[in-house]
Amino acid sequence: MKKYVKDFKVSDNVHLNEQYSLLKLKPVDGEMPDMHPGQFVQVYIDNSKNTYLRRPISINFLDKINNELWLLIRKAGDGTRHLIQTPCGSMLNMIIPLGKGFSLKNGNILLIGGGVGVAPLLFLGKELKEKGCNVSFLLGARSKNDLLEIDEFKKYGQIYLSTEDGSVGEKGFVTQNSILQSSFDMIQCCGPLPMMKAVASIARKKNINCEVSLENSMACGVGACLCCVEDTVSSGNVCVCKDGPVFNINDLKWQI
Amino acid sequence: MANLSVKIGNIELKNPVMTASGTFGYGEEYADFIDLSKLGGFVVKGTTIHHREGNPYPRMVETPSGMLNAVGLQNHGIDYFIDSIYPRIKDIDSQIVVNVSGSDVSDYVAVCEKLQPLDRINAVEINISCPNVKHGGMAFGTTCAGAESVVKAVRNSYSKTVIVKLSPNVTDIAEIAKAVEAAGADAVSLVNTFLGMAINVETRKPYLSTITGGLSGACIRPIAVRMVWQVSKAVSIPVIGLGGIMNGRDAIEFLLAGATAIQVGTANFIDPTVTIKIIEYIEDYMIRHRVDNIYELIGGMKI
Ligand SMILES: Cc1cc2nc3c(=O)[nH]c(=O)nc-3n(C[C@H](O)[C@H](O)[C@H](O)COP(=O)(O)OP(=O)(O)OC[C@H]3O[C@@H](n4cnc5c(N)ncnc54)[C@H](O)[C@@H]3O)c2cc1C
Ligand SMILES: Cc1cc2nc3c(=O)[nH]c(=O)nc-3n(C[C@H](O)[C@H](O)[C@H](O)COP(=O)(O)O)c2cc1C
Ligand code: FES
Repeated sequence: MKKYVKDFKVSDNVHLNEQYSLLKLKPVDGEMPDMHPGQFVQVYIDNSKNTYLRRPISINFLDKINNELWLLIRKAGDGTRHLIQTPCGSMLNMIIPLGKGFSLKNGNILLIGGGVGVAPLLFLGKELKEKGCNVSFLLGARSKNDLLEIDEFKKYGQIYLSTEDGSVGEKGFVTQNSILQSSFDMIQCCGPLPMMKAVASIARKKNINCEVSLENSMACGVGACLCCVEDTVSSGNVCVCKDGPVFNINDLKWQI
Repeated sequence: MANLSVKIGNIELKNPVMTASGTFGYGEEYADFIDLSKLGGFVVKGTTIHHREGNPYPRMVETPSGMLNAVGLQNHGIDYFIDSIYPRIKDIDSQIVVNVSGSDVSDYVAVCEKLQPLDRINAVEINISCPNVKHGGMAFGTTCAGAESVVKAVRNSYSKTVIVKLSPNVTDIAEIAKAVEAAGADAVSLVNTFLGMAINVETRKPYLSTITGGLSGACIRPIAVRMVWQVSKAVSIPVIGLGGIMNGRDAIEFLLAGATAIQVGTANFIDPTVTIKIIEYIEDYMIRHRVDNIYELIGGMKI
């Protein structure tokens, strides 16, 4: 897929809560590049004196009708704080699209997201549903307020929720959710590393095909600097930005 | 039209703008963003005799106006380069320079001998300055004797242009430059990264798996400019300047300090099209300052 360095205009900035914003962006030249669920962008952050490199952010959704790209941002540090505060009408420069995304398989598919890791699953869920899959979402967060875009997810599949404080859905971690007792053809997962490892371990025990999306720290985002590597079974150290960020758990050397 | 072409050893660059090793992959990674044939040249990733896995993750952390890296020369080895990569990039109409690294003098020689027959590779950049490997690398670049031993051996086995990339992690970089000039280098490039480190104070752990790493980016620029100036006064071979060049203004600064060509590294990560903007800036600068030939700018600082 051809990559671009492109200017986007912020057409909407929805403050979901203290920590999270949903940015809706339109390409300034009107031409939206082709992209695939699980791919990401590298955003240039202007006027943030503590931010030097671009920041990698997953493609949350591609709204083809309105020609808009969605990014779901969690405030982690200075760079993401600036992004959350970006006013409507301002410009963001992005390298897009980057990496290889999730595979689009058939059948009964469970998408598991934790925290801001739910981001790529919305676009993925939509594409899977359009393909005719039976999609279920298992979404986890600390508390009710941290669950994001639930109304959007509902459009593309069954929703199962877990919160650590039990304020909505089942109490506990996603890995404790009763939906995991059912059988699936595929699990696709994005979230904090300990969560993904726990999910991978369940998938392995139950012999379910499983993909996870990694968030290794990055510099170039295009496979040029070799900073973001993950050790794999098939090819040793590979670039998460180019050969990932999505990996099948069978190719990772995780101790699970 | 102003003349931007410069000569480094026996190779001619259509303009003085190159990319720095390890920051531009094999060029191909940037082919979607820029026309590679517009570059004066590009230096490919550090290449060794055998495949190297490099250092464990994490390998980078951002620092004020810069970054630390500890890649550790991950590459598939020279044979893979010649068989699989070279055929894909050889027709790019720009000077392709291979950055060569090794643990022993014989490694450098073996890689250069394998590069000698390749039509489209007319220069090597001998990396005696990588701070991220345990054996070789910077160890050769921090003493005059070490630097000399590598350069002499390479000179005897490779007949095309030899550029030697110097480490800034020394007391007197001009001394090292003089030693490699005497040993037969056609040009020197400087600087490689500065040895640095950073600690996560919450976890009390170092950010890099190797604890220390190489600092690059805008934060190193004033030191790099100073070193380029000192070296260009000390030697008569061309100096290629790099370290923190972010835009056209910075590139001109290195030329004025005495660099015949410049390399762009970390800035590619921030703007993949930056090299083209730098070339355009230099062209525009030459018009504004009524300079017909780029050589009028090289070492053109007024004191
Ligand atoms: C492929 C990929 C997709 C991502 N998708 C999203 C997304 O859709 N939405 C979103 O909000 N965030 C996403 N992230 C994480 C996001 O890139 C980081 O939160 C961001 O770089 C932090 O920058 P900062 O300047 O705000 O914070 P910094 O000051 O740089 O760091 C603040 C904290 O965040 C941690 N951090 C820094 N970089 C990363 C990183 N790459 N991954 C995880 N933690 C990091 C630091 O260790 C530190 O504790 C993604 C990361 C990757 C690699
Ligand atoms: C991620 C990374 C990898 C690098 N790998 C190499 C390498 O393989 N060989 C080499 O000679 N220099 C390597 N360098 C050093 C750069 O070529 C350059 O000397 C340095 O980054 C300073 O320039 P800059 O500030 O413009 O980046 C690397 C730098 C970075 C940031
Ligand atoms: S971030 Fe540079 S290779 Fe992945």
